[in-house]
Amino acid sequence: MLLSLPFSPARVRAFLVILLALPLLAGCGFNTIPTQEEQAKAAWSEVLNQYQRRSDLIPNLVETVKGYASHEREVLEGVVEARAKATQVQISPEMLTNPEAFRAFQENQAQLTGALSRLLAVVENYPDLKANQNFLALQAQLEGTENRIAVARRDYIEAVRQYNTSLRTFPTILWAKFWYTDAQPMQTFTIAEENMQAPQVNFGNGG
Amino acid sequence: MKPAFKRGLLAWLCAVLLFAVSASAAELPALTGRVVDNAGLLDAAAESQLIDKLAAFERKSSDQVVVATIRSLDGEAIEPYANRLFRAWGLGQAGEDNGVLLLVALDDRKMRIEVGYGLEGTLTDLHSKLIIENTMVPAFRDGDFAGGISRAVDDIIMVLEGNAAELEARARRTQEQSAGVDWFGLLFVAIWASLFIGGFALAILPPIFGRKIGPNRYRWLGMNIDYGKKGRSRRGNTGWSPGGWSSGGWSSGGGGFSGGGGSSGGGGASGSW
Repeated sequence: MLLSLPFSPARVRAFLVILLALPLLAGCGFNTIPTQEEQAKAAWSEVLNQYQRRSDLIPNLVETVKGYASHEREVLEGVVEARAKATQVQISPEMLTNPEAFRAFQENQAQLTGALSRLLAVVENYPDLKANQNFLALQAQLEGTENRIAVARRDYIEAVRQYNTSLRTFPTILWAKFWYTDAQPMQTFTIAEENMQAPQVNFGNGG
Repeated sequence: MKPAFKRGLLAWLCAVLLFAVSASAAELPALTGRVVDNAGLLDAAAESQLIDKLAAFERKSSDQVVVATIRSLDGEAIEPYANRLFRAWGLGQAGEDNGVLLLVALDDRKMRIEVGYGLEGTLTDLHSKLIIENTMVPAFRDGDFAGGISRAVDDIIMVLEGNAAELEARARRTQEQSAGVDWFGLLFVAIWASLFIGGFALAILPPIFGRKIGPNRYRWLGMNIDYGKKGRSRRGNTGWSPGGWSSGGWSSGGGGFSGGGGSSGGGGASGSW
């Protein structure tokens, strides 16, 4: 069968350039979106892992504090409740694109953080408790875990930033539009409003 | 092809490469050795003693312990700074993540022991906290920075050595890893890649980029390429040979010191004096 195309050298040249460019383009972008999606999901698993670690520390901490400060019932119950609530809302990696679920998760964990910091503030009034070896150990672990949570969150935010950027920038946007059509931008952490206000310093005669 | 286009393509490639290289953090101190004493807390004798101790420990265990002192954190909290520094320096061997960073910020009166992923189980947060509170803080309060740092390093090494079985296993694993750079696989890939890409390139590129010197003959990169009648036989009159290439493996010990590519997830503890 004869080709009816005019087989001019310019055409051949253009065709060859396209032939060369295609595999290069594929190499540039085809794998980017799935790779970054998996990275973001892995980073999310690390976030969950560290939150879980914190949640596992809490029963021990509450028991230890109870031994010295049992009448701080309100604060202790606040921690237990916040923990129960925080462990109820779990986000699987597939739900990361869901803003409501993500916000609920974030709020619950923030409440637990708040309850824990109230507990640690109350502890300042109990010198015996502060000197307790068991409590010191728990406190060191809790501090370390909070820091690991911060690192895991930062890594997750960075991974999501890269993934979301890929969904919206050239050349990967082409793959997002034409091939990975179900790829959605992922949710990421925002700073809670109460943390965005500058801390109030009061040197008055408050307790 | 027009030379302007070729130049543009080249410029674009260079820009991409440059961007990839310069995307790292800027204001962190450079890893000049196992002890980076930018705050000047250690005298020469103490510093060289520390360096010897840390080098000997790495030879034995492959764990990289690095001491860094800085003047100021510039308002940043010490935890994120230490983590950034740890990751920028890549302390610990890649895959094993067995690094420890002892960071002191003089003006902020803060210190931190940042522990790599791989050592979190051995040098726990509690160990780090105890080393800071019991060893470093009292010495620092007395103004004995060199003594505090040196004893803290002793403690860190003692804890890491305390789990002797795990230490040996780790050292063995990293030795195997570093000996087992897969040269055969690398060679295999290199040969096939050059055959495939080279053949592809020689078949396609000369008519596009080369200079035509006769019917079906082109000159490109110093090679005369002849697309003859009998198939595609090339007769190269080459004044061109592939340049040598080399790749750097990791090095530690000896003169220069560099991180092995480890990472940290924020393990360890901080304190202040």
